[in-house]
Amino acid sequence: MTRYSRYLTAFQTIFTKELLRFTRIWLQTILPPVITTVLYYIIFGNLIGSRIGEMDGFSYIDFIVPGLILMAVITNSYSNVVSSFFSSKFQRHVEELIISPVPNWVILAGYVAGGVARGVMVGIAVTSVSLFFTDIQVQSYGWTLTVFILTAILFSLAGFINAVYANSFDDISIVPTFILTPLTYLGGVFYSISMLPEFWQQVSLANPILYMVNAFRYGLLGVSDIPMGVALGIVVLFIVALTGFSLYLLNRGIGIKN
Amino acid sequence: MNALNIRDLRKVYKNGFEALKGVDITVQQGDFFALLGPNGAGKSTAIGIISSLVNKTSGHVEVFGHDLDNDPEGVKSCIGLVPQEFNFNMWEPIGEIVVNQAGFYGIPRKEAWRRAEASLRQLDLWDKRQQMSRTLSGGMKRRLMIARALVHRPKLLILDEPTAGVDIEIRRSMWEFMSELNRQGTTIILTTHYLEEAESLCRNIAIINQGRIVEHSRMDRLLHQLHTETFVLNLRDPLNELPSLQGFELKRLDGQRVEVAVNSEQSINQLFEQLSLHEIGVTSLRNKQNRLEQLFMNMVESARNGAAQ
Ligand SMILES: Nc1ncnc2c1ncn2[C@@H]1O[C@H](COP(=O)(O)OP(=O)(O)OP(=O)(O)O)[C@@H](O)[C@H]1O
Ligand SMILES: [Mg+2]
Repeated sequence: MTRYSRYLTAFQTIFTKELLRFTRIWLQTILPPVITTVLYYIIFGNLIGSRIGEMDGFSYIDFIVPGLILMAVITNSYSNVVSSFFSSKFQRHVEELIISPVPNWVILAGYVAGGVARGVMVGIAVTSVSLFFTDIQVQSYGWTLTVFILTAILFSLAGFINAVYANSFDDISIVPTFILTPLTYLGGVFYSISMLPEFWQQVSLANPILYMVNAFRYGLLGVSDIPMGVALGIVVLFIVALTGFSLYLLNRGIGIKN
Repeated sequence: MNALNIRDLRKVYKNGFEALKGVDITVQQGDFFALLGPNGAGKSTAIGIISSLVNKTSGHVEVFGHDLDNDPEGVKSCIGLVPQEFNFNMWEPIGEIVVNQAGFYGIPRKEAWRRAEASLRQLDLWDKRQQMSRTLSGGMKRRLMIARALVHRPKLLILDEPTAGVDIEIRRSMWEFMSELNRQGTTIILTTHYLEEAESLCRNIAIINQGRIVEHSRMDRLLHQLHTETFVLNLRDPLNELPSLQGFELKRLDGQRVEVAVNSEQSINQLFEQLSLHEIGVTSLRNKQNRLEQLFMNMVESARNGAAQ
């Protein structure tokens, strides 16, 4: 048994465990975002959207599709990792991992892969539903998929960091409620930032979610408020920074060791 | 090679509490070792450091020649841990808990199931493998943690109060199980508050009190230090008056029971000669206290008096 085959087995074990965890409770994990998205399409897309008219040259319902899909990916990859890792701390079975000869990067990779898997599954479910309400033509599958995966990775990492610091179940809902949701709503899911006054356009540029939503919209519809290179660069930069920070927390044993 | 070598181990918790104040412990390969001490002495803290659950403040830990600072993975691969508190997922089936633990050690799934079956069968849990762990009784949960700790066949098994809350029948079968494991070559470190358990199972012993080792020796040598043993005698007929025996002093507990101390220079034969001389019939006798227990109490008490001065 070489060292790397040992690591690979450990990774697969964590990943499979995560996969089983959220698919077992699919009623709570996969179904709700699908229902929410359907409601958005009915209300914003059909009822209100038809009165809004066009945005960036698309009907309003088509314009919000990319943002809604991405919103589901963000929330689900985040909440998968935050709730899973926090409950492993809370019930102490994180100790099973700490005492095992697994390097921290394998632990992190396992949990992030679990979050990405949920993000992707929910994303696929939401995209399938979207096809009933709209008739969008995907402009670039490459871009779409890249942004999709990168976003899931980024928010899985963020969820992991949240779980490391959390000491109670309240702590794991503070960040989603007070930071994640506002950033998502203000991240250009429902509007083009070109509609905003100059000052608020500049402020919006500090919101990382804006870049992802626009990059994703570019992949699906071929339009974006932001140059693609910049969007991608910023997302990758965030991933690198959060990975480094997560590993630092794990190596120091912050939140999990005395 | 020693299974465990601890030098000058110190631990100060974040709140400033000094739980270990320079601890030295050596456990030889193949040993069955007792780590004893009163509540709060620092046993679980020391075990936590050895198994990487707690960061040490300073000192050296070596397990089968692997240094904890330079080769933590080497250390971890050698150790199987049964912690004091339940630390498995209550919403996970028993079989998967054991198989996943094997997976974390790098054992592929098929082989992991084979091993999980073996260790769950040994601990009488195989039939329950599909049940959620929260449905187990307290004693079964302890056994689950033992099965989990054995799945990667560790060279050093550390058991932090494995028999707490386990009924006597199962405790006995656990003793047999641990002894057999030790005979087959697994080094075992055991903490327990049942001192007769430590006395009958372990060959070497360390006693820790308030973060310091107060005794580290062979069990038989330690027991030899005990100068007096107290016996309780059940008498055939009630005694109205306590006779004075030569060399022994009887103490009345109630009408038909007396207590007598026998020191290491005397023998029980002498005691019975004296009793016969006074025509006192004894139907049965027992140790008032387990021998190790008596030593333990002496030691902890003298340490407390020392600290008070
Ligand atoms: N996380 C912590 N923060 C602060 N103090 C702690 C922490 N964990 C343990 N202690 C303290 O360290 C001391 C040693 O605790 P430890 O759990 O090692 O004792 P023990 O010998 O295992 O006792 P027991 O027989 O009750 O299990 C105790 O006084 C305890 O209060
Ligand atoms: Mg303890």
